[in-house]
Amino acid sequence: MNKDNTIISVDNLKTYFYTNERCNKAVNGVSFKIRKGRTLCVVGESGCGKTVTATSIMRLLPKLSRIEEGEITYYSDQGPIRIDQLDPNGSKMRSLRGQDIAMIFQDPMTALNPVYTVGYQIRENLKYHTDLTKDEAKKRAVELLDNMGIPLPEQRVNEYIHQFSGGMRQRAMIAMAMACNPKVLLADEPTTALDVTIQAQIFDLMEELKEDYNTAIMMITHDMGVVAELADDVAVMYMGNIVESGTVEDVLRNPAHPYTKALLKSIPVLGKGRSQKLEPIRGNTPDPFDRPKGCQFNPRCDYMTEKCYETPESFTVKGEHYTKCWHYEKVLSDEE
Amino acid sequence: MKNKEVLLELRDLKTYFPVQKGVFKRTVAHVKAVDGVSINIYKGETLGLVGESGCGKTTLGKTILQLVKATAGEAIYNFDGEKKDLNKLSDKEMMKARKKLQIVFQDPHSSLNPAFTIFGSLQDPLKQFGVKSKAERKKIIGDLLEAVNLRREYMNRYPHEFSGGQRQRIGIARALSVEPELIVCDEAVSALDVSIQAQVLKLLQDLKEERNLTYLFITHDLSVVEYISDRIAVMYLGKIVELADSDDLYNNTLHPYTEALLSAIPVADLDHKSERIILEGNVPSPVDPPSGCPFHPRCPKKIAKCSKVIPELKKYEIDGREHYAACHLLD
Amino acid sequence: MGSNRKSKLDRKMDEIRRKEEAGLLGGKEYSRALNKFTNNRLALLGLILFSIILLSSIFAPFISPYEPGTIDVLNRFASPSTSHILGTDQLGRDIFTRILYGGRISILVGLGSALGAAFIGVLIGSYAGYKGGWIDKIFMRISEIFMAFPRMILVLMLVSILGQSLWNLIIIFILTGWGSVYRMVRSQMLSIREEEYVQALRAFGLNDFIIPYKHMLPNAIAPILVNITLSTAMFILQETSLSFLGLGVPLNISTWGNILNVAQDLNILKDYWWIWLPVGLVISTFVLSINFIGDGLRDSTDPSQQG
Repeated sequence: MNKDNTIISVDNLKTYFYTNERCNKAVNGVSFKIRKGRTLCVVGESGCGKTVTATSIMRLLPKLSRIEEGEITYYSDQGPIRIDQLDPNGSKMRSLRGQDIAMIFQDPMTALNPVYTVGYQIRENLKYHTDLTKDEAKKRAVELLDNMGIPLPEQRVNEYIHQFSGGMRQRAMIAMAMACNPKVLLADEPTTALDVTIQAQIFDLMEELKEDYNTAIMMITHDMGVVAELADDVAVMYMGNIVESGTVEDVLRNPAHPYTKALLKSIPVLGKGRSQKLEPIRGNTPDPFDRPKGCQFNPRCDYMTEKCYETPESFTVKGEHYTKCWHYEKVLSDEE
Repeated sequence: MKNKEVLLELRDLKTYFPVQKGVFKRTVAHVKAVDGVSINIYKGETLGLVGESGCGKTTLGKTILQLVKATAGEAIYNFDGEKKDLNKLSDKEMMKARKKLQIVFQDPHSSLNPAFTIFGSLQDPLKQFGVKSKAERKKIIGDLLEAVNLRREYMNRYPHEFSGGQRQRIGIARALSVEPELIVCDEAVSALDVSIQAQVLKLLQDLKEERNLTYLFITHDLSVVEYISDRIAVMYLGKIVELADSDDLYNNTLHPYTEALLSAIPVADLDHKSERIILEGNVPSPVDPPSGCPFHPRCPKKIAKCSKVIPELKKYEIDGREHYAACHLLD
Repeated sequence: MGSNRKSKLDRKMDEIRRKEEAGLLGGKEYSRALNKFTNNRLALLGLILFSIILLSSIFAPFISPYEPGTIDVLNRFASPSTSHILGTDQLGRDIFTRILYGGRISILVGLGSALGAAFIGVLIGSYAGYKGGWIDKIFMRISEIFMAFPRMILVLMLVSILGQSLWNLIIIFILTGWGSVYRMVRSQMLSIREEEYVQALRAFGLNDFIIPYKHMLPNAIAPILVNITLSTAMFILQETSLSFLGLGVPLNISTWGNILNVAQDLNILKDYWWIWLPVGLVISTFVLSINFIGDGLRDSTDPSQQG
């Protein structure tokens, strides 16, 4: 275990996709740390590569893709394990999945098997990773559903996923993910498909998990509101790179990258009323097969100069606040 | 309230869908999607309509546009002074009404026909409304595309060549093609990336000014609706529970559901302190709505009367502004 | 990373990456479907064989000096030789010529029936699928009635009622075949009906004919094309079986099935292989090649097929 409570560190990860005979550099050199007892929000818009980052860590990439370069290190109780070097279908990786690192997805209806009961699926997970007897596993499944706030858990453990409502399904999925008390929870837009009032329940639940079990959470989202409410640390992604990262206070109060700044200025914030000035980001997200030269944000950036045709290096703004922009000092000093 | 003309008056509008079971398709119950809505939409305003899934807001939009048939109630539209019930129009009158009422949809991927060019998709409505010459249609479509900040030449391209935001703008151009008065925006920005949402919202605002439009903006996103709307109506299980000016809804919330809804939304502002009101249970199904107030089973403030009597949407005057709410606690 | 031995997939990916980084990919905007089709070796093979047989039949007069109906009783049952490449049949007619000309009729029956069935199926299915309601229910029941009968029995019944002729056969095939196309189109319409662009057209008040036929149908056409190719093959086989039994096309017109007709006789089967074997191979090859093409079409137009 690392002294600064890092549980997973990702270093210069590159994951490329090879569908339709083309090479799509979905994740193109990404580095970050997931820390125990803290929530890292990876935020970005569609196509930025945030989901691919999580599936790379879980080694659940589809057939026509692979990790090209980079290191993914999991700091287990037995020492650091290089996840990127493991056989994705091997016994070592499979034992890590579910027991040490768990993932929850956006749509519980397709993430859980509709033809088996919820209890059966939780017990399967327990059977594979623990020594519990059948009866102990049954009890544990009920306990888990109860912990996740599902009423009448003894009854619901024998029901099928389609019998659960949206919020309950997500709780069931979280229950299954937490069954073996994983150290790390990767959550891919877990509440995007849920109503706001249900979303609030799920977030409360995740906060509790963090406090009670010291779970490290990596939450993927496109919603800055979620970032402001839940994140301890933030990584902002654009076109396969992390353009800015740091604590949520650093990044949201002092954005050092033009994209982060522009993004924050383009979203309506509840409570600020009709007098807010929304400033849309001009242009569109580039075609991944027709990328701009150098910094990917060039065509849409107000701070762009000739220098930006050279891919920016990573600069330290302060402490753990990093950004990849040649002009970050100007961005910081430009106050509204 | 300023001197506002009523463009559309809804009176006790109801849309129920039958639930059919068995070999003989007996109707065993009804999905009460819209369950007695009575509100006015004023000319030139943007009325936001918010609620969670299953509350009936999309069905209300479709009912007004006659894409779905109303079960009961009236939708009285002001045709340049002459008031007629949309639910009871003859086919000929309906054709004229279609020019006045249009809709922009949510999903940019299915809102345009993949087999046609943009010109092909947009010209049929124009043909329908009497634009006979192809050259004239080309001119009109070109103008429309420019009005939504796209190039004229794009009319010769296919939908798959455009991004989500661009397709949404084409959908707006299509709605504008017949020069409507009222446009229903059904989750028009919800499927777009957040930075693109701002582009489309701005476009909608600009167009409204230029063309004297009235919007019914349906969405589940309260941050967006607070920004773009003049007034906001909150819907729950087929009924309107609160209706007020945008700022009043937030600063002077009257209904417990609205309170809970507002508190639940994650706000992109670190200084915002939220006291989250966590509602128990789930949104009940519109097939079997609770007795009395539809919200009472989840309401943290309910009293005995709430489970027995359906509260009416009553008008309250606060600082000279109209504020409607349906809650027994306010009596 | 990992083992040193790179898998075939890894090497393929390396190659794609190299090309992409060199800027070699993504020049012209090729139709993805066309690309997939030409990459499918079986489909290409099918297309080649199909073309050979089809063109031979069309250009029969240029290929063979004989007439298919010329009877030469002195030369009956002649085995293959330089003057008669595939020998002669029981009436001295040149077999090779009969196969060439027979192809014209067999293909006509197959393709004509498939197109006819598709036309009726699409015509009814588009409207009924879009409208729903009682029209849809009635046609569903009618098509179910047709489909519930064992096909051969239905065909034999209709042959005995309508009599045996080339056009009657085509009509019978169309009557028994429209049902499956109808159902296919109908199910496509049911799903397309929910697309937002259809709702938008309704919001403009466009009538109930323009919407399904002009706007929805082009999006439903791909599986119908696949169906037409595969049905052609099926109808050719059916014609062959019926003509073999003497119930198909009248025997005076040469079709592949009619050529096979004499093989009912065990003696001929035993001693005169050139009468039945070549035509059997041609039929099998043709039907197989159509199946390869149909499969290739289906794979290339199916958006869910990856890679």
